[in-house]
Amino acid sequence: MLFLIIKRILLGLITLFIVSLITFVGTEILPGDACTTYLERQAFGEQLEACYRRLGLNVPAYERYVSWAVNAIQGDFGYSLSGEMPIKEVLGPRIKNSLVLASAAIFIGIPIALILGIVTALWRDKLPDVAISTVTIFAMTIPEFISATLLILIIAIWLEWLPGIVIVPTDVSFLELLPNIILPVIAIAMIMTAHMARMVRSSVIQVMASEYVQMAILKGVPYWKMVFKHVLPNALLPAINVVALTIAWLLGGVVVTEVVFNYPGLGRLVIESISNRDLPTVQALAIILASIYVSINLLADLMTLMLNPRLKTLQIRK
Amino acid sequence: MTEIIQKVKNLSIGFKSKKGEEILILRNITTNVKKGETVGIVGESGSGKSTLALAMMGYVKHGLYTIGGECEFNSSNLLKMKNRDLEKIRGRKIAMIPQNAGQALTPNLKIGYQIDEALQLHSDLKEEEREQKISELLNKVRLPSPETIALRYPHELSGGQQQRVAVAMALAGTPDLLLLDEPTTGLDVTTQAHVLELLNFIAKDTGTSMVYVSHDLGAIAQVSDRIIVMYSGEIVLEGPSRDILKKPIHPYTYGLLKSIPKLSLAGLPQSMPGSQPQPGTMHRGCSFFDRCNFSEEKCKNNSPQLEYLEELNTSVRCFNYKSLMNDNQVNQTVNKIKTSLQDKEILNLSEVSISYARQKLLDQVLNRISDDNPTVKDININIKKGETIALVGESGSGKSTILKSIAGLLRTKGGIIKFDQDRNLSSDLKERDPNDLRIIQLIFQNPDESLNPNHTVEEIIAQPLKLYFGLKGEELKKNIIDLLQKVRLGEFYMSRYPRQLSGGEKQRVAVARAFAAKPDIILCDEVTSALDVSVQAAVLNLLQQLKEDFGTTYIFVSHDLAVVRAISDRVAVLYQGRLCEVGPSKDVYQFPSHPYTEVLLGAVLEPDPDIKPKLVAEDIVEEKPPQKGCSFQGRCSRILGDICKNEVPPWQITNSGNSIRCHIPLKELQKDQIN
Repeated sequence: MLFLIIKRILLGLITLFIVSLITFVGTEILPGDACTTYLERQAFGEQLEACYRRLGLNVPAYERYVSWAVNAIQGDFGYSLSGEMPIKEVLGPRIKNSLVLASAAIFIGIPIALILGIVTALWRDKLPDVAISTVTIFAMTIPEFISATLLILIIAIWLEWLPGIVIVPTDVSFLELLPNIILPVIAIAMIMTAHMARMVRSSVIQVMASEYVQMAILKGVPYWKMVFKHVLPNALLPAINVVALTIAWLLGGVVVTEVVFNYPGLGRLVIESISNRDLPTVQALAIILASIYVSINLLADLMTLMLNPRLKTLQIRK
Repeated sequence: MTEIIQKVKNLSIGFKSKKGEEILILRNITTNVKKGETVGIVGESGSGKSTLALAMMGYVKHGLYTIGGECEFNSSNLLKMKNRDLEKIRGRKIAMIPQNAGQALTPNLKIGYQIDEALQLHSDLKEEEREQKISELLNKVRLPSPETIALRYPHELSGGQQQRVAVAMALAGTPDLLLLDEPTTGLDVTTQAHVLELLNFIAKDTGTSMVYVSHDLGAIAQVSDRIIVMYSGEIVLEGPSRDILKKPIHPYTYGLLKSIPKLSLAGLPQSMPGSQPQPGTMHRGCSFFDRCNFSEEKCKNNSPQLEYLEELNTSVRCFNYKSLMNDNQVNQTVNKIKTSLQDKEILNLSEVSISYARQKLLDQVLNRISDDNPTVKDININIKKGETIALVGESGSGKSTILKSIAGLLRTKGGIIKFDQDRNLSSDLKERDPNDLRIIQLIFQNPDESLNPNHTVEEIIAQPLKLYFGLKGEELKKNIIDLLQKVRLGEFYMSRYPRQLSGGEKQRVAVARAFAAKPDIILCDEVTSALDVSVQAAVLNLLQQLKEDFGTTYIFVSHDLAVVRAISDRVAVLYQGRLCEVGPSKDVYQFPSHPYTEVLLGAVLEPDPDIKPKLVAEDIVEEKPPQKGCSFQGRCSRILGDICKNEVPPWQITNSGNSIRCHIPLKELQKDQIN
């Protein structure tokens, strides 16, 4: 068991290493570099040399990779080009803002998804299932930039209940931010919740049709006790991985939604730094997003391992 | 007359087809179960026997519904009862023992909890009392060290142990009626015999009534007082167990009994033509009409009623039962198998060992397999051209593993596989040339999985013809039709897909595909296990006929010892991946010498209430072969002592050519059989 955890963590680290290598190589082979972008037309002669020296670009690529990696591990991603601020300081508030957005979506979305999924499965083919399933399938098929635009149109412009776009400074306090995030959270949570609800539904239906549930009924176990003891623990186990994948997928969704709402989070930073050719920031963002992705999947794997008695003993025996 | 506890009256259950037609699974069933009685319900798959058993608990599967009739228990109709009231009857008054305990126990709950749940629901015991009761119950079903078993999860137990837990769970509510749905199907022969013996003991001990559902007449014969035979949703015969098995007066039962291979009779049983009609395809007239040898003109358009014969205490659904009554016994005639054995050796396994152990990285790099105690070891078999050799043993004995290595699907750890005396066959598929691949073909257990569902029968059979012989166009088609005829399927089957075929037909297609390659050796891996008894006989007869026509050699793997007896020339008995006994089937079956062979053969159930299984050894489960000594030492009842534990037994050869691997001297081994 312990061995397995260590193995998984190691695999995760190797993945991150490969991601960092790919982004580094990617930024290397692109024509131009930070200095040419920064100096624009003055990018020649003495000035360029000075810039190279200042940013440490005059040493061979592998040396730069090593020193970049060593610093990155310590949380130092170097300097951003726009404004020459340390990337660490640029990222800090952005990460916080995106985290607020994503976790709000997750904390609202997961419970709703579970409830909807379980309800539709237990009342399969009856009115609650038909109604909810229609809505979820509809929600799944609308991309978030459309639902976000529609939300802005209806709630912000027609009803004027909430602000349509976020015009606050990046390092604003949480309370001030709150009214601004309601619409983005709804936009993100909608599609994610619908996805998860469908997964939970099919998982519960599958377990309900299993022989051990039939056996529990034939044993005389009351309906709700059967649902909570025999069905849900077994049905939700595979759902953990689905939830993890959805959260990972959320990272992409956040980018789009943040841009639509002009929200000062990581997603918008990705778009901004790409269009500014701010390569050190892109590099840092790639590694951060990859680490989030890897750690969420790792967490989900470990949770499944923990909760599934079958996997647990299997590992001990071996 | 004893008290009736369950009454089924005019019960019909069915479902609505996509076209909106009502399709019946059960048709107008009327029967009852008396107090303290064990009723066996027997029938082939699709006969509605499980649906009937579940209805007796007031349970109708999702998608099915009750069309009419009642299941009366304590004078209330279970099928009309509210769920809340049913919860008080299920588990307490009527309990179920499921077919596959491995899947019927909830995987995330400990054994102890699952039994405790039944106790909480159906008894007033306090917590400590319940704990004690759990131990008592586990003891009653003869599980070793109940306290530790209670703390385990279902997957940590063996199949036999899981089935015992299911029995304990059913007994927790002290029910008046136990329903058993194929409770021993899927267990090893020895385990099956032990579980049946346990059930018999419980029936006597507690006076519980039982309804025992099975396709296996052998198991039914051991437990039932009364037998109900079902065919396409109807009761066709019902009466005292002994009469039904010895003097069946319904043509279906008669044919069924004839098609079961027996241990005492070498040779192939007679098969019944055709297969059971699918639900919904029923016409007027008797449902067995197409397959009946006794049918008359009136059977075609009039369906017979269930008629009660007072003097026999039997009900029968047939116009013609009288002609069967005079035919006093099931005189089983068998088609003797002709041995086309030649003296030429075709396949030789010497010192073959196979290991499933995961390779260490270093070994992978050095391309070697290291495992000092491999799953299969010391296999030496010499197979002659035209021979049918059977590998038998319980699950885990390595019989399928050896097949895989011969086929080149599993790398051996050591040893040589030699074809035709001089050609070494690599156990790695990639190192074999196309001709090596052609000469050995496989037929799998389950044709549903071995035939590509997206290919027509034509494409399936064409593949080996194109691959090995490069046939095209008219010639290819002619060959396919030829092969289909050989397996007794018409030309019109060519355009069909596997899902449009019955189980027996699918297996015939698989046989045709194997023969298309014109192989020298065909490996048969449990080829009849997924088939109904009546179809099994037909497939066995077909295999035998083809063998005589083509002079093919069969290596036949089966857990069913009666089937092996019917078809094989020679038997190799395996335990834990080691050979115990090899010899001509005639001798092995008549004079089983090795202690393990005795155990295996003793546990076989025959459809005859007078032949009881002999339980020689305990059915403990061994996970790994012992490091040294005899492989069977852990379960042997005749163990001699340290010699068996430390030294691998030598081969001893009898006069009739049996090789036995045992430390007990031959004279003693043979002496015991006479007694």
